[in-house]
Order: sequence, then structure tokens, then C-alpha cells
Amino acid sequence: MTTQPHAGGRTRSAPLQIAGRTLRSRLLLGTGGFTRMETLGAAIDASETELVTVAMRRIDASAEGSLLDVIRDRGVDVLPNTAGCFTARDAVLTAQLAREALGTDWVKLEVIGDERTLLPDAPELLVAAEQLVDQGFVVLPYTSDDPVLARRLEDVGCAAVMPLGSPIGSGQGIANPANLTLIVEAAGVPVILDAGVGTASDAALAMELGCDGVLCASAISRATDPVAMAHAIRHGVLAGVLARDAGRIPRRTHARASSPREGMPEFAE
Amino acid sequence: MIFVNGEPVDTAESPTIRDVLVERGIDPDTAGIAVAVDAEVARRGVWQTRTLDEGARVEIVRAVQGG
Repeated sequence: MTTQPHAGGRTRSAPLQIAGRTLRSRLLLGTGGFTRMETLGAAIDASETELVTVAMRRIDASAEGSLLDVIRDRGVDVLPNTAGCFTARDAVLTAQLAREALGTDWVKLEVIGDERTLLPDAPELLVAAEQLVDQGFVVLPYTSDDPVLARRLEDVGCAAVMPLGSPIGSGQGIANPANLTLIVEAAGVPVILDAGVGTASDAALAMELGCDGVLCASAISRATDPVAMAHAIRHGVLAGVLARDAGRIPRRTHARASSPREGMPEFAE
Repeated sequence: MIFVNGEPVDTAESPTIRDVLVERGIDPDTAGIAVAVDAEVARRGVWQTRTLDEGARVEIVRAVQGG
């Protein structure tokens, strides 16, 4: 994350920019898992996101979808994903279909290795990323928390990298903050934490570690009150950015009193 | 016979992509849908003219909820 001077000599994080587009919100919302369209709409509002993900699936004549209407009514843009793809070939074709269907070059690229963990398949991911960049896509890859893979994805031209905190939908938070820090330090493109967020403090931690944004789906859609959680996570993201810019105190092994020793009264025995 | 979203479908000889959509009750002017034929995107502009060979595999997709 880049910083810029702020009144009073402090720093302030620059707004999130991906592929030349400035996003006022650092929170991206996944639409998966919402049980009602009304809830999704209200959660989009509460999150104040500008970008929401969708998946591409076979059309089902019985389910006449209002999904795109809900999204467009809220004035936000769609970010199609390639969820469910196991190969570079399928992911590239899915991205092409999404571009055709939705008229956007942006794609959240997912190529997973297995159903149980939903962890990225690194070699396939890199192949797909390179092909999609060559075809003019703005590629935002869902990646593991491997700093080397993140660098390789940036090298082939991805517009951002989206490392996982922990497996999709697990709510385990950020399993390896040290790796995430290494990714952030090295990245020349925005780093968006994707997957694993369970609650607002996870989102705050991601921002404190230097991420540029957070993508949440299940943490919001599967919360007991999704709209309230959208609100909470939005504030978590904001709190994290503010705290990072404010400059936290260093961690110390021992206590350091904040009240002076001087002037302590001496009480009679 | 062709395959539409994985299902075998009997059709008239050499139907166009548009014919297949209409037959399935899908308005070809619907926004937000896309078609692949034999693992290649068939752009909207060719739906009216592109005919499908016997055994063609057609996938018709749209956006659904997803992370």
C-alpha cells in the first residue's frame, strides 16, 4: 500500500486503485450464500462496496434471475469470477463467457486444486492469468499466501493479487500473517485479502498488515444477521486502515507504565 | 442431436444458436447471458447465423450468486 503525506506529518493511505480505476470502498462483496435477494441488496448498501462478485453457471429457465437487477439497482459493478474451475482452460473460457455476458474485462480468477480445501492450483492459475492478461482482461487472481506466487502473478500482468487468509468459507481469519506481510511488502499492485475472513477483526487485521482491500462473501452472507455484519466489516476495514496510518506502538516484552511514578503519595502504615 | 447444458436435445437439422435459445424458452435478447459452442465462446453477433452441427455441445450461462 502506498501512503501520502497527511496534515500533521502523519501518513494517509492513498485510495485503492486497480487498473487505473479508483475505488472509494476497500471492501469487495461476494454475492454467494445470501438466501434472499432483499438481504443481498441491503448488505450491498451496508457494506458500501462498489464491486460485487458473481459466478457464471448454466442458465436455468425456472430461475428467472433478478441478481443483476439487484446489483445494478444499487449502483455497483459486477466482478465475475471463475469459481469452480479446476483447469486454466476452463477458467479462461469462463472468463470469456463472463466478458461476453456482462460486458466487463475484469475477472476474479479462481483455479482451484481440490474440492475439500478449495485451495488454488498454482501452476494452472499462473497459466490462466497469463492468457487472460494477453487477451486484455483485468485479472484479479485468487491466490495462496505464497509470496513467490504472488510475485509471479504480478509479473505476468495481474492488476492485483488476492491472497487467501485461510480456506474459502472457513472463517479462520488470517492463518499466516507473516506471509501476508511479505506479499504486501513486495507487491507493486494492490493486495486484496480474499477468503477466510470470519468477522470484522479479521478484516481490520488485513488492513493493519498493509492490504489494500478485503473481499468478503461467507463472512457476511452466512452471518446470523448479514446486513449487520456487512456494516461491521465495513467498519473493520476502515478501522484497520486508520489504525495502520495512525502508527501502532511497538510490541514490548514487558509492561511500560503510562502513569508517572513521580508524585506517588506515601500512605501511613 | 445436440447437447444443451449437458442434456441431449433433438433439433431440426442445423439449427442456429438463436433457434436453440428460443426452443428453450430463452429470449435471445436477454442481457447477461453468453453461449459457448464446443468450448469456444459464440458471440452474440453470430447467434442468428451460426448453425450447429450434429453432436454440438452448447453451454448457455448467466451470472448467479457467487463469491
